[in-house]
Amino acid sequence: MNMKLGKLGASETDKLRHMNSFGRKNAITYGFVIVVGAILMALNATGGLSSMMRGMLVPICAYVVMAISLNLTVGIMGELSLGHAGFMSVGAFTGTAAAISLQNLIPQAGLRLFIALLVGAIFGAIFGFLIGIPVLRLKGDYLAIVTLAFGEIIKSIFNNLFVGLDSRGFHFSLLSDKTNLEPDGKLIIGGPMGIGGIQKISTFLAGLILILVALFLVFHFINSRQGRAVMAIRDNRIAAESVGIPVFRYKMTAFTLSAAIAGAAGTLFAMNYSTIVANKFDFNTSILILVFVVLGGQGNLLGGIIAAAALTILPEALRQFSDYRMLVYAIVLILVMLATNNATFRDKLGKCGRKIKSIFGGKAREKEETANV
Amino acid sequence: MKRIVALILALMMVLSLAACGTTQPTEPTEPTEPSDAPEASATAFKIGGTGPLTGGAAIYGNAAKNGAQIAVDEINALGGDIQFELRYEDDVHDAEKAVNAYNTLKDWGMQISLGSVTTKPCEATSVENYADRIFALTPSASSPAVVANKDNVFQMCFTDPNQGSASAQYIADKGLATKVAVIWKNDDVYSKGIHDKFCEKAAELGIEVVSDTTFADGNDTDFSVQISDAQSNGAELVFLPIYYQPASLIFAQASTAGYAPKWFGVDGMDGILTMKGFDTALAEGVMLLTPFNADAEDERTAAFVAKYQEQFGEIPNQFAADGYDCIYAIYQAIQNAGLTADMSNEDICAALIEQFTTMTFDGLTGTGVTWNATGEVSKSPKGMVIENGAYVGLD
Repeated sequence: MNMKLGKLGASETDKLRHMNSFGRKNAITYGFVIVVGAILMALNATGGLSSMMRGMLVPICAYVVMAISLNLTVGIMGELSLGHAGFMSVGAFTGTAAAISLQNLIPQAGLRLFIALLVGAIFGAIFGFLIGIPVLRLKGDYLAIVTLAFGEIIKSIFNNLFVGLDSRGFHFSLLSDKTNLEPDGKLIIGGPMGIGGIQKISTFLAGLILILVALFLVFHFINSRQGRAVMAIRDNRIAAESVGIPVFRYKMTAFTLSAAIAGAAGTLFAMNYSTIVANKFDFNTSILILVFVVLGGQGNLLGGIIAAAALTILPEALRQFSDYRMLVYAIVLILVMLATNNATFRDKLGKCGRKIKSIFGGKAREKEETANV
Repeated sequence: MKRIVALILALMMVLSLAACGTTQPTEPTEPTEPSDAPEASATAFKIGGTGPLTGGAAIYGNAAKNGAQIAVDEINALGGDIQFELRYEDDVHDAEKAVNAYNTLKDWGMQISLGSVTTKPCEATSVENYADRIFALTPSASSPAVVANKDNVFQMCFTDPNQGSASAQYIADKGLATKVAVIWKNDDVYSKGIHDKFCEKAAELGIEVVSDTTFADGNDTDFSVQISDAQSNGAELVFLPIYYQPASLIFAQASTAGYAPKWFGVDGMDGILTMKGFDTALAEGVMLLTPFNADAEDERTAAFVAKYQEQFGEIPNQFAADGYDCIYAIYQAIQNAGLTADMSNEDICAALIEQFTTMTFDGLTGTGVTWNATGEVSKSPKGMVIENGAYVGLD
């Protein structure tokens, strides 16, 4: 313990400098989300957005939150999860079921949405924790395969689960509808029919707040002692173990947090549609979210956010290509991948970034100086 | 760097050429429309619909779209006061994409909607239809939830439960079998809706369901367990309330297993004969209940089938006929109510609701078709059997 403290003391200045650069990066990410969100909200209020864009605001928020969540697992923890849509599914079903059950008790849509999001996050966390127990003891390919299986299992469970609510309380049954509800009762989850008749209470503002909360949680986690331990494990597991970091426990924390955020994202997504089925959250969705993270840069939250938004809008914006839509989509994906990995392109981008930074940095320094005076 | 730019430009050119090249044959109205565009846009009703134009369920979406397109062309060719402009957007059989597609159509200025072709997407878009007061008549989304509690959403096809009970009734009436097996997809709304009602009705009519097996998305390629279960329980007839794609595999695998029961399908089976790479000999003798028979000898059906074959090179299925009927039903309602294309979608919606709940419509998929206030259609199904690679009426 003493040794550790001593080491920290020695590199205190180093650490502070690191923290500052980190803080600036965080501020840029927060600022970007807030500014873009505010612009979109203003456009929405003045009717400057097309119906298509308006309809996609909430799903974009949900996918952005999913990208943040998966970035925590893939980018920060360095583990490949191929079943992240499973957590989204858990959140979507539990959160929506909660919102429907509370429909008569809580008339305020905002409060109901908040509770639904919380329920989605809690159930996401529970599943993340349970899945984590066996899964996080595995390494590399095994983890990818088990998460893949998890996604399929969740899909299968929700496709066969029936949940009803009547005056006698909740009724559950598997495989076929044996809930025997009273006439006033309501079948909330109807197996393959999923959930129908959802009141659409998700709003763009709620989505924006959820993004900011998710960012706050993840940034804080990364900057915490636990986050640094998790990154140490990512960089060299053996070395981390040798200095006494409990690998499993720290990974568990990160994974559970990631699952909780994914659960909330699922609730937000589901509450934007009148109907939701388990098949929506299949392997393809998991891969789509992984593409957001990879395209945006693993561990780069801002990149993930931009990639998620861009890749959600892109297929819709390409509708004029009709039958060739998905072909063009794939080509754009490949070109973006090539461009971002191209040395000259990156160099130019870096120069641009430095220029912007120097402008902003210069201003900030000026401000500091004037403040000091 | 220059090379990359050149490559991108070349790719874009190729794509734009390809896009131009193919839109013309599939949308034959395009060449004629621009010539009278100013006139047409002033008086044409904008009709939009979403459906799976790509992906696993694409046969349904394209059939409905093509059928509707033929009807629109016919009506426009009459040169009357009522002109239509039809636009279909791809929803890949996904509720999220369907809502996006619906919003794209709304931006385009859609006044009347054809809902969505498949059930689950239509459940999502019909809520939007209801909120936006845009009248919807879906050709083929068959779940009761599509129309429930929405006064302005109507169906052109039977609801799923109706198909189930009609199938059981048909099997009992014709004495086709007493021991029946059902293979169904338990993660599909459509399949489950038909299956549940079928089993209920079968029990009533004294048909014994000896084998009741399921499959789901992801394990829909190997049916040996389901087939051997049906075989060992001595089922004389296998009822398949599923789409044609898994059905085609079931036929192939049953044939390898040496099991040859009577096969009975519903409207999802329609399309199996036009499926690419499917040996139609396997579907020989398959019975299905569908409201449309491409072999019918009445003048309108014959003309429609001929036109469809000429334009799209295949025999139209029930979805095409439903799409065709949708446009004519809307046409009839517009004529009755005396609507004009410059009216707002709210006014059109109110007038069409009134018409649809009172009028009687004669189309390809049935005569004396009526709608109740919920939006469900009332028409009688026709039994069909596949003989020599073509549908033949059973009656």
